[in-house]
Amino acid sequence: MGVAKYIKSEKDEVQDVILQSGIHIKPLYTPKDLEEVGFDPEKDLALPGEYPYTRGIHPLGYRSREWTTRQYTGFGTPKEANERFKLMISHGQTGLNVAFDLPTQMGLDSDDPLAEGEVGRVGMAVDSLRDFEVAFQGIPLDRIGVGLTINAVASIMLAMFQATAEKFGYSKDRISATPQNDILKEMIGRGAWIFPMKPAVRLIGDTIEYSMKELPRTNPVSVCGYHIRESGCSPAQEIAYAFQIANTYIEEVLRRGYQIDDFVRGFTFNLNVFGNLWEQVAKFRAARKLWAINLKEHYGAKDKRSLLLRGMFGGGGYGMTKAQPENNIIRGAYYALAAALGGAQTTALCSFDEAYTIPTPRAALLSLRTFQILMEEIGMRDTVDPLAGSYFIETLTKQMEQKIVEEMKRIDEMGGMIKAVETGYVQREVARQAYEFEKGVQKGELVKVGVNKYTEGEEMEVELHEYRWESAEEQIERLREVKRERDNRKVVQTLRDLEKAAREEKNVMPNLLECCKAYATVGEITKVFKEVYGEFKEPSIF
Amino acid sequence: MGKIRVLVAKPGLDGHDRGVKVVAQALRDAGMEVIYTGLHQTIDQIINTAIQEDVDVVGLSIMSGAHLPICEKLMKRMKEKEIRDIPVVVGGVIPKRDISLLRGMGIEGIFPGGTPFDESIRWIREYVKPR
Repeated sequence: MGVAKYIKSEKDEVQDVILQSGIHIKPLYTPKDLEEVGFDPEKDLALPGEYPYTRGIHPLGYRSREWTTRQYTGFGTPKEANERFKLMISHGQTGLNVAFDLPTQMGLDSDDPLAEGEVGRVGMAVDSLRDFEVAFQGIPLDRIGVGLTINAVASIMLAMFQATAEKFGYSKDRISATPQNDILKEMIGRGAWIFPMKPAVRLIGDTIEYSMKELPRTNPVSVCGYHIRESGCSPAQEIAYAFQIANTYIEEVLRRGYQIDDFVRGFTFNLNVFGNLWEQVAKFRAARKLWAINLKEHYGAKDKRSLLLRGMFGGGGYGMTKAQPENNIIRGAYYALAAALGGAQTTALCSFDEAYTIPTPRAALLSLRTFQILMEEIGMRDTVDPLAGSYFIETLTKQMEQKIVEEMKRIDEMGGMIKAVETGYVQREVARQAYEFEKGVQKGELVKVGVNKYTEGEEMEVELHEYRWESAEEQIERLREVKRERDNRKVVQTLRDLEKAAREEKNVMPNLLECCKAYATVGEITKVFKEVYGEFKEPSIF
Repeated sequence: MGKIRVLVAKPGLDGHDRGVKVVAQALRDAGMEVIYTGLHQTIDQIINTAIQEDVDVVGLSIMSGAHLPICEKLMKRMKEKEIRDIPVVVGGVIPKRDISLLRGMGIEGIFPGGTPFDESIRWIREYVKPR
């Protein structure tokens, strides 16, 4: 559960602290520790905004600007989602991160038999451009960056987003979308895959290539260590696996003949924050340094922008508990602190009702207030990387660096991330660790307040977001309407052109744009891809 | 008496499998034979696997909140196929108020997230007879 293991004497003296990443924490750190770990302030730290960026990617950090807050938001029909987007923005949220329902994530239309019971449940239902037009109505797309938490059909959603923005009169050069677009992490720990690995990675390459040329302010991928950590890996593994995944996507684009500096600055990362505070902070600092080194030394990047690890640090779902849910408000505050001390560009929190259902407005707004208090009252904007120079944090950062490099090497030795996932190695490792952690919690070796310690007290009634079956009905009715009103011959034509491009392994983005503009549905487009690419077969890990 | 054979399944579109994989390992360590279906299973696929693998109990793991429609569908289909002797258990994100509704469908064991392994293992040992 992300917490360290505490070995205690009978008198409750803490004898040892073992972080999830395997590092033991000492009772005391002195300059000697920095010596022992080979700390070099010039090479290991430099200044914020200077290679290797350990202290931050910007010289002034939050002094120049606050982080962007973007709570994961969306449910029901696009109209309901639009209302919630506007509510959050009116309360001071500075970016959007759109949640899509499972049928949409899996490339199914709302009227697909397999979608039954899931339309609008965990996110907003999207079937066609019409839905995006409603979802983003009245949102200033030239000022608000929009995260799209979509992966297998990210290419479709990105094209749909561009089509929407252009319909509203925004220039494609001004809009900023960040489709999550990280299929490898789906195969490891989130499960919303459709196509086999090779074509799925190629689609990611297509979106990166297309963004590079057509959507200058768009970040085509948000590489996720987040979900792998949710699934059971350690913080060090979280970074190692994320970097190996990112490298896989880099290779896909380089293979097409581009230079690293043409595109990699559009990469972003999505990393987790739950668990031991020090471990997260050291993780983020080590990650920034290693990413910069990876790009400079391994890939020979010359443009400074290529070296910057831009991150959404947030979450962390797995840290939240079902028991005593109000505790999660407190946890959220500490997790947000970890993100701030870690220098996140963007952040989001799981709300206190995380273990129950998707957030009520009250829960979501509490998360926003958490950020605002941190930035406006507590002093997180005051200075950059405030923990720098701490004997403890600098030692721990170096040690995390070592752990991350070790884990990256393990993947290299296996032949890379695609191999590691195809064979099920990462999935097995993560599942095994998840089991060990759960055993640790059930035995009381890993403490979770309210769950296995301090469990007294009455159970709290949690207000639940209620699923509306009417949303599904409304959505299906709208879908039928769209299909009646659109030029169906055009749809057939655009789908046919798409299929041709897909079979010829051309970049499918321009065709996807045409399909979306013709109001082809997510299901219709995905069907074409399924016919061309087939479907992913999960490796058996038991 | 042979080992208890458990099918642990992920029905529908939900891809969150940490819980089901953890439970699978726990049941295996408790001496049961565990077959895991993998993700994105249809009701028919689950039932067919249950029959083919000759399991003693079917466990569903549902994290998306869609447990009521999914379980209703499964129980209906099992009835149609006249499968009467395989108990069904459910785990995942299950609000308290839905537990009686699930029982009403004939789901006998309900183990929402956080249920200790001991509890589910004890229940299965008590209520499931290997065939």
